[in-house]
Amino acid sequence: MDLRYSEADETFRKELREWLAQEVPRHGASPARDDWAARRVYDTGWQRKLSDAGYAGINWPREYGGRGATLTEELVYYEEIARAKAPYIGMNFVGIRHGGPTIVAEGSEEQKAVHLPKILRGDEVWCQGFSEPNSGSDLASLSTSAVRDGDHYVVNGHKIWTSFAHSAEFCELLVRTDPDVKKHAGISWLIMPMDLPGIEIRPLPTLLGEIDFSEVFLEDVRIPVENLVGKENDGWRITNVTLRFERGSAWAADIIELNSFLGELAALARRTTRDDALAWEDKALRREIGHLSAEVESLWAWIKASISETAKTGVPGLDGSAIKLGFSELNQRIYELGTNLLGRAGLVREDLGDLPSGRIVDKFLNTLSLTIAAGSSQIQRNIISERILRQPREPR
Amino acid sequence: MDFQLSEDQQALQAGLRAFVEGNYSFERFPELEKAPLRRETWAELAEMGIFSLRQGEAEGGLELGMVEAVVAFQELGRRLVPGPLVWSHLAAGLVEGAALGETLVGGLDASRGSSDPILVEYGDQLDALLVLRRDGVYQVDAAGLGMELVATPLDPLTPIAHAPALPRGDKLADAETAQRLRDEGAALTAGLLLGIAELTLDYANEYAKTREQFDRPIGSFQAIKHMLADMYVKAQQARHLAYAAAVTLDDPDTGDAIRTVSSAKVVAGESAMHNARKCIQIYGGMGYTWELPPHYYLKRSFVLENAFGTIAQHAERVADRLAA
Ligand SMILES: Cc1cc2nc3c(=O)[nH]c(=O)nc-3n(C[C@H](O)[C@H](O)[C@H](O)COP(=O)(O)OP(=O)(O)OC[C@H]3O[C@@H](n4cnc5c(N)ncnc54)[C@H](O)[C@@H]3O)c2cc1C
Repeated sequence: MDLRYSEADETFRKELREWLAQEVPRHGASPARDDWAARRVYDTGWQRKLSDAGYAGINWPREYGGRGATLTEELVYYEEIARAKAPYIGMNFVGIRHGGPTIVAEGSEEQKAVHLPKILRGDEVWCQGFSEPNSGSDLASLSTSAVRDGDHYVVNGHKIWTSFAHSAEFCELLVRTDPDVKKHAGISWLIMPMDLPGIEIRPLPTLLGEIDFSEVFLEDVRIPVENLVGKENDGWRITNVTLRFERGSAWAADIIELNSFLGELAALARRTTRDDALAWEDKALRREIGHLSAEVESLWAWIKASISETAKTGVPGLDGSAIKLGFSELNQRIYELGTNLLGRAGLVREDLGDLPSGRIVDKFLNTLSLTIAAGSSQIQRNIISERILRQPREPR
Repeated sequence: MDFQLSEDQQALQAGLRAFVEGNYSFERFPELEKAPLRRETWAELAEMGIFSLRQGEAEGGLELGMVEAVVAFQELGRRLVPGPLVWSHLAAGLVEGAALGETLVGGLDASRGSSDPILVEYGDQLDALLVLRRDGVYQVDAAGLGMELVATPLDPLTPIAHAPALPRGDKLADAETAQRLRDEGAALTAGLLLGIAELTLDYANEYAKTREQFDRPIGSFQAIKHMLADMYVKAQQARHLAYAAAVTLDDPDTGDAIRTVSSAKVVAGESAMHNARKCIQIYGGMGYTWELPPHYYLKRSFVLENAFGTIAQHAERVADRLAA
């Protein structure tokens, strides 16, 4: 049992840290959240820099232009990205973390050649068209249909919560190609260019009032058959393949961010007066901050254990669901505490002088999505109890 | 980086698990209650190296580290092995005969002002009492204290004796050693608590598969499933952090030992108490009986919560570290 990084990992860290120290300040401050044109330039511009420096697609295989980093290098990568407060993956998320890896694993040679280099360089933004109004947690029940007509699929349906739909060039689209078989068996995975006729995008403001995701209406959209990834009706398996790429190290950045936020809260409590005294003099508050920090430490240790296990066995363990559950719930508690510490300053979503009230309140509101998106907490608990603890399935 | 138990560490774990499951079966709990701590079983634990584990070979020890010690205490915790395990382990090398189980050493942390009564686990049986004070480690003559056994301790497997007063005793070691013992004691206690968090999860998880109501296993009800899932998360948090605390104590370059150890005591304490409570809930009426194990686990976790710093004390220490 050993928590020391190897010399190679430390060399990698040093190079990356130096590069980040130079490039992060050069890239400037992130644009306003509702300025989508500027955000696209900012997010994809950063991706381009990562790519030029050889840091794009950290866990993608080298033959497809990725870094092919080892698991511990990947951990170092996320640690350093967080420490340097480098730009967030932002709009590149679906392409880099999901669509790209799916094409690496299941795409044709032509699909790889067309898309992978562009995704890595930030020249293509992708979105994910999985969820539908009636198919969220029960994703496999989706009903957007794709009917073969010559060398095209004709697609009709309605997708929702599609993040970055308004900025994306391509969409990883799940469609039903066979309505007459069991729900998991009739799904296909298509690459949909977002400029095809018949696609209507209707922005759906989040509870922050931001246009992060949209509804996407599809009416007789003709998608070329060569945009099918893998085999027809094999889409469900292909969707799950990408989970292999989610090796848990990406959480590392969030953990470091949470830790530094707790440090910031401690500092804030030391300059906040409440009830005639400094907030930091309130033992209950100090203990709560300490308690939350202890839990952050435990997730950090857990992630390292999980990565070590994957490195040894070659396959990610089952703990991903459990770490996601623990992390998302903890994240909410931490930012809620931050909001409470703001007191009446938390009544506004703007920074007041040197008080980061706007940032904290918005971040708290944002954490509410964590227990819903990518498998709700309830779904994670079902998965843990049935797949890890082997409880009988609930009647379905 | 390889944050996984090595083969040797796994072998140690398996060996100890077989030992405690054989010697501390649930069926034996009623009999153990009559005399939780016996010198013969203490000698057996000493034979297994529980106290001498980290001592040098010259002293008859195994020259192992905190990781092995925490793994060992995790296994002892799974079966609520009675005795002043942590204190006797810490006393090895400090009090003659502790390492070999010949001297039974208990202890108290008196480094903070408190109006609590002086209650000592296994007090009437101790050969030596260690007292941690702010300025060092002291040894007090246990027999001379006039301790009286309390008739009804909270944990039926942890006898408690009441002392009228606590004399200062003889100074054995300096403040730095006292602090080291406090931290090592907290990490080892986190190991015991981890064992409780795990065992109560396993025990409830098995029951939920077999107990049927409304013609189906109760584990098919989401309310039960979700309790179990939360218990799993708590147990995993406790495990990996207790190990991280041990690694950090062994190899201080890999992290902030104070922060990691205190965090481990917080999370392990929280996990053990939470899981023991939920275990009782999942057992329903049977969980509320003396006959089944769950109540012993909850009671022991309260005893351990009050050893080597409470959740509240350690949480505050972590917070101070953040603000430093
Ligand atoms: C910020 C954000 C971004 C998103 N981005 C995308 C995207 O880019 N592309 C995309 O395709 N989707 C996206 N989603 C959608 C997301 O995947 C779904 O919201 C999620 O799968 C939940 O589905 P739902 O909203 O239909 O809720 P429902 O499935 O209707 O769930 C409603 C409630 O019922 C509970 N529930 C449901 N089933 C069960 C069950 N079996 N047992 C117990 N409780 C249950 C849930 O936990 C939840 O509390 C995004 C969502 C958010 C919040």
